[in-house]
Amino acid sequence: MSTHRRAVLNLYKTLLYLGRDWPQGYDLFRKRLYKVFTKNSEESDPEKIEVMIKHGEFVAKEIEALYKLKKYRAMKHRI
Amino acid sequence: MARVLVGVKRVIDYAVKIRVKPDKSGVVTDGVKHSMNPFDEIAVEEAVRMKEKKLASEVIAVSCGPAQSQETLRTALAMGADRAIHIEVAGAEYETMQPIHVAKILAKLSKDEKADIVIVGKQAIDDDSNQTAQMTAALLDWPQGTFASKVEKTDSGLTITREIDGGLETIKTKIPAVISADLRLNEPRYATLPNIMKAKKKPLKKMTAKDLGVDLTSRIKIISVEDPPVRQAGSIVPDVDTLIAKLKEGGHI
Repeated sequence: MSTHRRAVLNLYKTLLYLGRDWPQGYDLFRKRLYKVFTKNSEESDPEKIEVMIKHGEFVAKEIEALYKLKKYRAMKHRI
Repeated sequence: MARVLVGVKRVIDYAVKIRVKPDKSGVVTDGVKHSMNPFDEIAVEEAVRMKEKKLASEVIAVSCGPAQSQETLRTALAMGADRAIHIEVAGAEYETMQPIHVAKILAKLSKDEKADIVIVGKQAIDDDSNQTAQMTAALLDWPQGTFASKVEKTDSGLTITREIDGGLETIKTKIPAVISADLRLNEPRYATLPNIMKAKKKPLKKMTAKDLGVDLTSRIKIISVEDPPVRQAGSIVPDVDTLIAKLKEGGHI
């Protein structure tokens, strides 16, 4: 449990940080994120937790990619 | 090994809807989200990549503006710049600051810091001037590669692919040179939270335009800032004849 604690907290912080630029607003993102994390907070199987952390990291990458594309399109539209 | 100077500007975030002040003196900036100019992000990324490829020895980020510009510089540092220089310009002086002043500051700084390459974004998304790179190159009497979509190091200088109307142009320049980054030069990395924290330990030097001997008096006066015209509503015509009649009336056929 304690081995994953740090990884989960780090993931939560990273996602919160990414959420600040969320198009529909930070509040919505924060609430949803909190809900997802609390939903799975009772999980005790280390392997399942591992899979969830991997998925969270994947989501973080996807959000970054989304922002990049959104910015690129906005800039392309400008010129 | 070259030393790279990158210019970054703090602008209103690209996703924010711009509102004009009621007295038409400018746009509303109070309480509005600001971030680094997207084209400057591309410029920083290019400089950092040069450093990663061991083509550059040091990346220096420069920003001119109010105290909050330091946040923008932190982002640049988090992306991988080594140190930052903040030229503090506040209040009324900042409102009338023009690309010529920034160019003079950049030119002076690149001499002081012995920079070999200056990279800036091709334009800022707030005033869309697209002048700083060109003016800096002229003031320094260095070659310029504007609208770069690819920059490569060749034996004695740089090979720059430029985006021009209807195609690409490849030019060769010597070093030192000034480059302005176009949209497709690279995909800038995201400044992650741990990197932002680490960036707080990187050196940031504060200076004023006076220290550099640059005169900031304005050459132009802003008379009025206005919203773009609103698009007129369309109408649906019942049949083709009315459509043709309307088009004739409007002088389109």
